[in-house]
Amino acid sequence: MKTLPVFRRHKTEAHKPPADKDLNYSSQWSLIFIKFKKHKLARISMYVLGFLYTIALFAQFIAPYSLQSYDSKYVNAPPMTLRFVDGDGKFHIQPFVYELKSDRDPDTMRKIFVANKEKRYSLQLFAKGEKYKFLGLISTDRHLFGVEQPGRLFMLGTDSMGRDMFSRIVLGSQISLSIPLVGVAISFVLGIFIGGISGYFGGWIDSLIQRIIEIIRSFPTLPLWMALSAAIPPRIPIVTMYLYIVIIFAFIGWTDLARVVRGKFISLKNEDYVIAAKIAGVGNTKIILKHLLPGFLSYLVVATTLAIPHMIIGETAMSFLGLGIRSPATSWGVLLQEAQKIENVALYPWKLIPLGVVIMTVLAYNFLGDGLRDAADPYKK
Amino acid sequence: MTKPILDVVSLNKDFQVKSKKALFAKPNHVRVLDDISFELYEGETLSIVGESGCGKTTLGRCIVKGVSASSGEVNYYTDQDERVNFLKLKGKEAKRLRRDIQMIFQDPYSSLSPRMSVFDIISEPLVANFKLKRSEVEAKVTEIAEKTGLNASYLMRYPHAFSGGQRQRIAIARALITQPRLIVCDEAVSALDVSIQAQIINLLKDLQEQFKITYIFISHDLSIVQNISDRVAVMHLGRIVELATTESLFGDPKHPYTEALMSAVPQPDPEAQKSRIILEGEVPNPANPPSGCHFHPRCAYRTEKCSQQAPELREVGENHFVACHYAEQLNLRGVQHD
Repeated sequence: MKTLPVFRRHKTEAHKPPADKDLNYSSQWSLIFIKFKKHKLARISMYVLGFLYTIALFAQFIAPYSLQSYDSKYVNAPPMTLRFVDGDGKFHIQPFVYELKSDRDPDTMRKIFVANKEKRYSLQLFAKGEKYKFLGLISTDRHLFGVEQPGRLFMLGTDSMGRDMFSRIVLGSQISLSIPLVGVAISFVLGIFIGGISGYFGGWIDSLIQRIIEIIRSFPTLPLWMALSAAIPPRIPIVTMYLYIVIIFAFIGWTDLARVVRGKFISLKNEDYVIAAKIAGVGNTKIILKHLLPGFLSYLVVATTLAIPHMIIGETAMSFLGLGIRSPATSWGVLLQEAQKIENVALYPWKLIPLGVVIMTVLAYNFLGDGLRDAADPYKK
Repeated sequence: MTKPILDVVSLNKDFQVKSKKALFAKPNHVRVLDDISFELYEGETLSIVGESGCGKTTLGRCIVKGVSASSGEVNYYTDQDERVNFLKLKGKEAKRLRRDIQMIFQDPYSSLSPRMSVFDIISEPLVANFKLKRSEVEAKVTEIAEKTGLNASYLMRYPHAFSGGQRQRIAIARALITQPRLIVCDEAVSALDVSIQAQIINLLKDLQEQFKITYIFISHDLSIVQNISDRVAVMHLGRIVELATTESLFGDPKHPYTEALMSAVPQPDPEAQKSRIILEGEVPNPANPPSGCHFHPRCAYRTEKCSQQAPELREVGENHFVACHYAEQLNLRGVQHD
């Protein structure tokens, strides 16, 4: 008598196949995951992105200053250095910064900042600062770090209004990192829906949708953005503005996905296993959900991941041109507006730091997308 | 053997071809199946042979409604001996017939969804057609798996873990699970290597005896066809040109095209005189088929009449149908037997 096979999913205790080594029991998704784990660059990128998004989530807590805060005494101040050893060679366990004093360069008469070695302000964890709402819920005035009052801490320098760059990069990441996600999510839904109709029904409706996509795609994007953002009334709440910008991006972004979805629908519709299911008497809805969608979901994940960096750059470009988010709200593109002037780049190079953050994020997304694509490709070892 | 299970009446299938001449020109059509009619008897194996592109696979798919035919009837005799046109049925009635007619595909790599476990694949037709408890489904799948020679403990694996022969066994198990009366085997063994082919053919034969299944066996491999079938239909460019029992078709072909096919059957005897008939010319373009008999440009026996008049499929001997004007006059060579 043979032992009866057990049909429960192998996740249950009843029947556990040899832990993760046995690829024979692995579904498509777990195979993709196993391959993805082997892709070093993609894994590092994932950690980098995870780190950035964690920062964005807790931005108000991490940033020492709020969006509204500025200080005309410290305009265009350079990044401060944290010190452990003071002028007398004495070592302090608690790092500290010197007070910045504004002065004139004796040669050029340009305004410069020098460290006032008389006054030390030590760095504090959970320092008291401006009031804010933690995660939008708990009202508090504690920030992750800061210096003793009335000292000021500018880790990455200040801009032309004396606002702390570090705080603004951290707070700007909330917008710069979430706009692409929301935009891609909207274009994802639109793309699957419209592309699905186009691919599944075919015929004249397919031709119509494809022509519309071609028309949308043939618009030069920059003038289109300018036109659309000119249509946004200037004095509206930031949340509404944010929504409008996301919609502008999704309006163009969905066309890419719709094409991918359409192509996949057409090719999978005629796969033998789909016809087999049809012959077996499986209904249309079930065929779409069980055979067609899983067949290209991995491609969609990849396509989406690779679409995000485009949106980040798009948002940055739009804000850079002054078309997107406007002060006092901020995004990385708004921060880069100051880098438009050559004097800023030449004299205050720390104003280019947001550029580095943008590049890092976009690269991380691209590497992540590459890793996912390689993992989802069944022919790649 | 005399009770029909299926008859096909003047089945046509056109495919649209994009016209390149003008933007809004009417699309061209290619007639892939041209007035196909035949009967199928319960428990028999009918093979359909022909060269690539002659419409074998399309015929198979039209019969199971995998693609929709352009016109014609596929009449199916239910267990109660009712004659129903499968192509016209909609909704529930069509679904009820689905379980009786199944299909095995050529390529076991593309016919199994890579995203479903073997258990899910085999049970899919069962779940779609019957309301069964999970335990009943499990019992049935295990039973079929054992019958088709699959190790039941591998059922939770995914198709990528199996070899071609095993995959084809999975496909057979899927086709069998609803206990169909008719299975269309579309080149079911041509993607497998020869030793596995023999295993699968024997398996199909055993299952036929056990469950009284009728097969439509689509193939281009004549030695397998000779081995497995009761009757053989030869197709050429969308038409059936000859339909006869295996013996009389292989021994005494009446159509010049069949003769040419037969001469291509490999002979196991190395001493045997090899005289292949090499057909002149190329396979005619189905979008622009020759006039009259489609075979006439390549036929060695053609006359003026062949290019003007298309021959009807007519009975020339007992159960021997040929579409050739000169079937009686010609003396054609079949496969020599020892």
